[in-house]
Amino acid sequence: MAVEMLSYIERESPVHRLSGVTKLVIFMMWSTAAMLTYDTRVLLFLFAASIAIFIVSKVKLRDIAFVLIFILIFLLLNNIAIYIFSPQEGVNIYGTSHVLFDIAGRYNVTIEQLFYQFNITLKYFVVIPAALLFIVTTHPSEFAASLNRMGVNYKIAYSVSLALRYIPDIQRDFRMIAQSQQARGIDLSRNEKLVKRVKNAAAIIMPLIFSSLERIETISNAMELRGFGKKKKRTWYSTKAFRHADYLTLFIGLAILVVSLYITFHDGDRFYNPFC
Amino acid sequence: MEKNSLSIKTIVAIGIGAAVFVILGRFASIPTGIPNTTIETSYAFLALMATIFGPIAGGLIGLIGHALKDAVFYGAIWWSWVIVSAFVGLFIGLFAKRLNVESGIAGSRQIVTFNIVQAAVQAVGWFLLAPILDVAIYAEPANKVYLQGIVAGLSNIVTVGVIGTILYVYYAKTRSQSDSLAKE
Repeated sequence: MAVEMLSYIERESPVHRLSGVTKLVIFMMWSTAAMLTYDTRVLLFLFAASIAIFIVSKVKLRDIAFVLIFILIFLLLNNIAIYIFSPQEGVNIYGTSHVLFDIAGRYNVTIEQLFYQFNITLKYFVVIPAALLFIVTTHPSEFAASLNRMGVNYKIAYSVSLALRYIPDIQRDFRMIAQSQQARGIDLSRNEKLVKRVKNAAAIIMPLIFSSLERIETISNAMELRGFGKKKKRTWYSTKAFRHADYLTLFIGLAILVVSLYITFHDGDRFYNPFC
Repeated sequence: MEKNSLSIKTIVAIGIGAAVFVILGRFASIPTGIPNTTIETSYAFLALMATIFGPIAGGLIGLIGHALKDAVFYGAIWWSWVIVSAFVGLFIGLFAKRLNVESGIAGSRQIVTFNIVQAAVQAVGWFLLAPILDVAIYAEPANKVYLQGIVAGLSNIVTVGVIGTILYVYYAKTRSQSDSLAKE
């Protein structure tokens, strides 16, 4: 079961050349803007902009297709769930009700509800390209360095870098343990009943967890011997210096954030209401 | 033990713990048959790590682990639940410190305390914090997110209650008991 995960993709593009700090700040500002706003005009603009950045970054659609499919399925299910639980949410928010057709009881289809769910979906389409791009264009060790440059304690930045470094190793351990337990007849598939399945899962996660605890011991001894954490600061092997492009990008990002927040909140409402 | 709250061991525990949290969350979650509800073994692990390494490690493993899991496997970070994971790790660590798992004693008193702590912390996290954040950040319908929170919370409390307790007892057994020496 080869499960793909997102990781750094080496390409030559303007987005790759930006410093990790810039990309992290932009990613955070972008997410904040998308999280706070429900203004359709702002969302559409951000969506168009993220598509444009995506094209500039030279990341191919098929590099990330597996994640996209997953997200689209999730969004579809989420939309269905929202409709089932709250078919009148849109009417509540926008205050008017333009019924298209009735289904049963309180389940009718209104333009307001469709518009509300369109906005929710659009919010994801704004955040997703930014998150994907950040992961795919930033080298993990540069990511740790950027966290540190932004003021995160370097010890915590280092533990993020450790996590990224060890995810593939632990994944390999997990697979090895799972396979050897399966060779002993421990079944993890859905052929087993739920209780048995939980027990069998425990037979796999126990060795994984206890070998990881040992790994913690080994790594911390090695770091201790090399004098990690003796000084207040440290340098990083992979930091990129700030260049003009970085300042320019940060400036544009900040401008977009401020403008989008202004448009969203100047009338005292997160939602853009085209119905009144 | 160092007095410094961020000892090297804690830092490594956060890093490796977050990596294990990612892998367990992705590969070792068991669907229960109820849609969107899985038995998340990763929270049993989070509770154990918070008990061993304390609140800072617990909170950061929840935060980093959950954010990385969402980012590398799903491409989008669901911040409201990431914050809840951090909250769960932090507060289990805060209250479970007095259990003193390093003493190697895991009697019924410790097990009961461990479970009261984890159930109380997770109840606040999943029944209250998660839905409130979902509504505040994502403006989702309230009844949907409260139901999701309750289902996820119950399933996680049971999971930590069963698998977490087993992990706790096993871990305590690997420590040498503080009262293991007897005067001859």
